[in-house]
Amino acid sequence: MFTTDEIIIAGFGGQGVLSMGKILAYSAIYENKETSWMPSYGPEMRGGTANCITIISEKKISSPIVSKFDSAIILNQPSLDKFEKHVKPHGVLFYEASTIIKPPTRENVLVYKISAIEEANKMGKKQISNMIMLGAFLEIKPLVKIESVLAALKKVLPERHHHLLPVNEQALLRGKELIELNYHVSV
Amino acid sequence: MQQEILLDGMECVYQKPATLTDDYLHYCPGCGHAVAHKILMEVVQEMDIQEDIVGVAPVGCSVFAYNYMNIDMQEAAHGRASAVATGIKRVLPEKYVFSYQGDGDLAAIGTAETIHTVNRGENILIVFINNGIYGMTGGQMAPTSLLGQKTSTSPYGRDVEHNGYPLKITDLVAQLPGAYYVTRQAVHTPNTVRKFKKAVKNAFEYQKLKKGTCFIEVVSNCPSGWKITPKETIQYLEEKMFPFYPLGDLKVPGQSKN
Amino acid sequence: MPTQKSEIRLMKGNEALAEAAIRAGLDAYFGYPITPQSEVLEYLTEQIPKRHGLVLQAESEVASINMVYGAAGAGARVMTSSSSPGISLMQEGISYIAAAELPCLIVNVVRGGPGLGTIQPSQGDYFQATKGGGHGDYRLIVLAPASVQEMCDFVFDAFKLAEKYRTPAMILSDGALGQMMEKVEFPEEGSLPHQVPTWATTGKKGRERNFITSLHIEPEKMEMINLHLQEKYKEIEKNEVRYETFNIDDAEIVLVAFGLPARICQKAMELARDKGIKVGLVRPITLFPFPKKILSDISKKVNNFLVIELNAGQMVEDVMLAANGRCPVHFKGRMGGMIIQPEDILEEIEKIVEQPIMQE
Repeated sequence: MFTTDEIIIAGFGGQGVLSMGKILAYSAIYENKETSWMPSYGPEMRGGTANCITIISEKKISSPIVSKFDSAIILNQPSLDKFEKHVKPHGVLFYEASTIIKPPTRENVLVYKISAIEEANKMGKKQISNMIMLGAFLEIKPLVKIESVLAALKKVLPERHHHLLPVNEQALLRGKELIELNYHVSV
Repeated sequence: MQQEILLDGMECVYQKPATLTDDYLHYCPGCGHAVAHKILMEVVQEMDIQEDIVGVAPVGCSVFAYNYMNIDMQEAAHGRASAVATGIKRVLPEKYVFSYQGDGDLAAIGTAETIHTVNRGENILIVFINNGIYGMTGGQMAPTSLLGQKTSTSPYGRDVEHNGYPLKITDLVAQLPGAYYVTRQAVHTPNTVRKFKKAVKNAFEYQKLKKGTCFIEVVSNCPSGWKITPKETIQYLEEKMFPFYPLGDLKVPGQSKN
Repeated sequence: MPTQKSEIRLMKGNEALAEAAIRAGLDAYFGYPITPQSEVLEYLTEQIPKRHGLVLQAESEVASINMVYGAAGAGARVMTSSSSPGISLMQEGISYIAAAELPCLIVNVVRGGPGLGTIQPSQGDYFQATKGGGHGDYRLIVLAPASVQEMCDFVFDAFKLAEKYRTPAMILSDGALGQMMEKVEFPEEGSLPHQVPTWATTGKKGRERNFITSLHIEPEKMEMINLHLQEKYKEIEKNEVRYETFNIDDAEIVLVAFGLPARICQKAMELARDKGIKVGLVRPITLFPFPKKILSDISKKVNNFLVIELNAGQMVEDVMLAANGRCPVHFKGRMGGMIIQPEDILEEIEKIVEQPIMQE
């Protein structure tokens, strides 16, 4: 159903932007897919924004660096301002509701507004907002299975944080639900 | 290697150690390097460690030390002998390893390597020949040149305001916890030669213990660089060098003289 | 290339390189921290105490490379890694190592320069890596990886080549390759056996003494040494050229790029082919020895070369030498840590294709 999906994930440092990309990449490995994860580091990170390009593909990946994206997961305003125009026509754009005041205006992309931070706070753990975003994203773009994401989480989280695995799983499922509730899509 | 000499009934009282090659030394007449080389190699022979030792030659007058010492050796870049020795010792921890360096090499361009090698407590011996001058390049000022000393780059004498003070790097090294045995010796008289030999022997014995760096400074001479006769260098050593670089142990195992 | 693969992991390029070094039977690593390659030293200081070998953080890159000299001279399989400013500091030592014919691996995870520059990726050290870098006539074997897998594989290749020819080998990577993660499959440990060479200074037990030096005062001797080195480099040029080509057969314009930009070029090539422009790609894998012949052959049948680099135009000079005037050689680069995008390359291709072909 897909051959290659080029994903930009961007937001503030500390929002779990880089780890979201990493978890996606790990999940792809569990499914024997090709993947690359390219972080943007250095001055940009210091300036407060962080992003990574994750590519998941069923064939060998040529460039791990691209400037047009099939999918964008955006967690702050500066990143939206920067990357909105780089989403390919008919691509998807996920944005976090509370951190973005000026919503995207593109008409030829599918836009999903996710209240990830609000939902995370409701669940009593604001660090899991990125997993809610990821859950929502995977509901629309099932590039990898939730089971693979869980296996990846186990790999990425240090053992001392393994007690957080259930809450991360709940967050993924909550993201999925948010799509079902708000966008009535079945994939 | 060693030539058989028929002594015709006479008793052999002196023989060049087999740990020295038959190459002719290129050192100037009266230079302390020759003595220091020989003593070092005598100890290697007496301790029977010729097959278990690797030496490192510096850049400076003793750059060709590997031509004379009949052991495995490496020639290092200027100032880096102790780093090279570190590399050797770390991959051959059971071998004896030493570096042999002059004052320009060890106390100017190689100061960082010297300090950090000793500070890590590398289990090597550093032999430091201090004659207060750059001999090989023709008698320029060294970090250890004395105040007022005339050299080809301090023709009016070393001026403290312009050139700073002579560096007592051995005193610095003795402060470092990684140093196990630090001593300052000379090779200009039979008595000092005997003491130097004892120091070298101590240092190789200590190396077996793996307790840190051994550091032997030899306050030596340079007739060509100092532009005086070999005999006059002895007087210069005693009157000028030793008062500033006093001979003796700076740090011995079990007690600290600091 | 290692043949037996065992385990698939997702890793940063720098970490993959470090893991590969351990599996390649590294005896000793000496290095100094510098962004963007510190993960190599960090990974090794974490892993080596639990496994085998030795890792030592030196007081400087100058000390590191001289420790490498000592350990390589003592017969160990040894390496260092750094990034551009640190590699500049090592140049004296590298010249000595090349002259004394010691095998070792030097990794340069290149960042943007000159000077302190930036920590972002660059290819600004191509000249330094391939044309000498330090003083005197010498060459390094230079391998340019383009993926995390190659960051692993080329460690094995580099040690093999370095030991075969008794010469330092360099992996010329860049900040992005060092930091990015991809799938990597590692070979089993022990797949690259190593014997202490007979020339090593290990103590002269049962043999004549060995000594290692780069000093040959007599010019006659020094020239002989130089001739010997040049002979060796010729041999390397004869036997060890490596490159990859894509879509060369029908190409009208051929891109030439090494390292990560070669993959960006692949993407650009796909975009161009979608538009009906016949684009091919040559990716030199060994930068020394440089794949002169294939480029020379291609220059006889294509209309244009377009060289893409993350610098002001360095490898382009070697491509020009290979083309030897037979076809125009164009250049497009980004500098200072900026990365070229596939679309930028496409634009450049379109510009060239639209130009009328010059008639002599």
